[in-house]
Amino acid sequence: MSIRVDISHRLGDFAIDIRFESAGRLTALFGPSGSGKTTLINMIAGLIRPDKGRIEVDGRVLVDTAAGIFVPKHKRRIGMVFQDARLFPHMSVMGNLRYGRWFTPAAERYADMDGVVDLLGIGALLGRRPAKLSGGEKQRVAIGRALLASPKLLLMDEPLASLDEARKSEILPYIERLRDETRIPIVYVSHSVAEVARLASDVVMLAQGKVLASGPTEAVMQRLDLLPAEERGEGGAVLDTKVLRHDEVFGMSVLGSAAGEIRVPRLAMKAGAPVRIRIRARDVMIATDKPTGLSALNILPGTVVAMSPGEGPTVEVAIDCNGATVLARITEQSRQALKLQLGGRVFAVIKTVSFDRANTGAGLPAEADG
Amino acid sequence: MNWLLDLTPDEWNAVRLSIKVALVAMVASLPPGILIALLLARGQFWGKTLLNGLVHLPLILPPVVTGYLLLLTFGKRGPAGAFLAEHFGIVFSFRWTGAALACGVMGFPLMVRAIRLSIEAVDRKMEAAAGTLGANPLWVFATITLPLILPGLIAGSILAFAKAMGEFGATITFVSNIPGETQTLPSAIYTFTQVPGGDEGALRLTLISIIISMAALVASEVLARRVGRRMDIE
Repeated sequence: MSIRVDISHRLGDFAIDIRFESAGRLTALFGPSGSGKTTLINMIAGLIRPDKGRIEVDGRVLVDTAAGIFVPKHKRRIGMVFQDARLFPHMSVMGNLRYGRWFTPAAERYADMDGVVDLLGIGALLGRRPAKLSGGEKQRVAIGRALLASPKLLLMDEPLASLDEARKSEILPYIERLRDETRIPIVYVSHSVAEVARLASDVVMLAQGKVLASGPTEAVMQRLDLLPAEERGEGGAVLDTKVLRHDEVFGMSVLGSAAGEIRVPRLAMKAGAPVRIRIRARDVMIATDKPTGLSALNILPGTVVAMSPGEGPTVEVAIDCNGATVLARITEQSRQALKLQLGGRVFAVIKTVSFDRANTGAGLPAEADG
Repeated sequence: MNWLLDLTPDEWNAVRLSIKVALVAMVASLPPGILIALLLARGQFWGKTLLNGLVHLPLILPPVVTGYLLLLTFGKRGPAGAFLAEHFGIVFSFRWTGAALACGVMGFPLMVRAIRLSIEAVDRKMEAAAGTLGANPLWVFATITLPLILPGLIAGSILAFAKAMGEFGATITFVSNIPGETQTLPSAIYTFTQVPGGDEGALRLTLISIIISMAALVASEVLARRVGRRMDIE
């Protein structure tokens, strides 16, 4: 499964010129508003016709302006979850869910109603009208509706942007499940570092209609300099870890990573479960000697591999901890005081309480052990 | 009550004919009404203003003028009338069908206006969403657009029906006032007022006319409310 995009398009003064390829499970189109990501996803869905270029999904050419190819949206078999859900108000939840199934050739139907209803936890809503649903419920039904059309690709256009924090954390686990338990590749539009770091296997970073960087999430999210200004504080290293064990006495979980053990507040997950964590650069301190008499529980030894000036008085320091890169944002004054050099041995210090629901996969309540 | 329902055969004929003419006019106007409303709401073509003007013409012309134009076009010797009679056996002049045509034309602008407004209120994003789920444009129209404009269709139909029940000028000019064939309620009332001692008949038919129109209005309100509740549009 792969997506190939190479398009250029003009909207008034705004020019979009985007070229990328991705074969990821969940590819995030990430950028600030006005970066062209929604326009791009609408082009993949067939809702906007690009001026020039080519779009290919899984070897099937959907758009090729040079060859005069434009597959209309209803023949693309690409599911779309909109920011505003767009449930049909004159149908029940069940009617909405069944809608796309009707238009799918029987031989190509792979999604089954029970499985999807179960996956999204919407069994209790089936008889209701969309107007009687909460924002989070609407979005889950919208995801189910798209899935039940048995799409070859699922597009999600900022599905969480119009929800409050509580609703967001209600839906995120379902999207993780979708990514891990179904075989449909997903393209996910977002402007949130937290969402992208948590969900994406691959990231295409966009700004002003151009691609700034693209590749695996861990690599792209290292580029703190490319993050939009309002999200820079959220930037940091993304590490894939595993739950080793839980510390019930102090209410913590111990995660195993290449960099060593990391203690975070108790996660509702079973031992052995994979967890992706994001360590915000601003939460990381650097010590040149192994600190003692310190409250922070996570002290990871490593080597300074890169230093680049950040915003204002700051420096962004990349520390290689046994193959995993941890990013730290410190002041230029501290860097000089510590006499940090490339190749120098240091310790990255991270407080356990700097981890919260936003930067650890919190898991589904139903998955809680115990 | 007995006095009200104690109608002469001619009066009964007028009531029955009026209802039949109004129903036929309403139902027959619906498909072209939806089509024209769609064109006006969403189409971008040369002559849109002209089409809009043409549709509204019966609203602003004196009904007698509309009736006379219908006579010229759909009468026995009119171009459309002769063609339809020759090829399809449809005759309008001095028939109840002609009364239905006149009533339909007079109610058409009202119907188109109501439907057009409801089409303009439809969230086109819903239609785009249906498209991504695999529905081609015709299916989108049938399963999304049409149900969403149902309240507008009901309102437009009732307006057209009410207009048809009361239509007088164009009908009498086009198809005259033949008892049992083209004498609708208004024509019958008019006839009563022209003869001595016709007051009682005129009053009876007037009351019946009021009752039918009120019933249609109430029915449309009930229907619209039920549709509205079913949809629960936020």
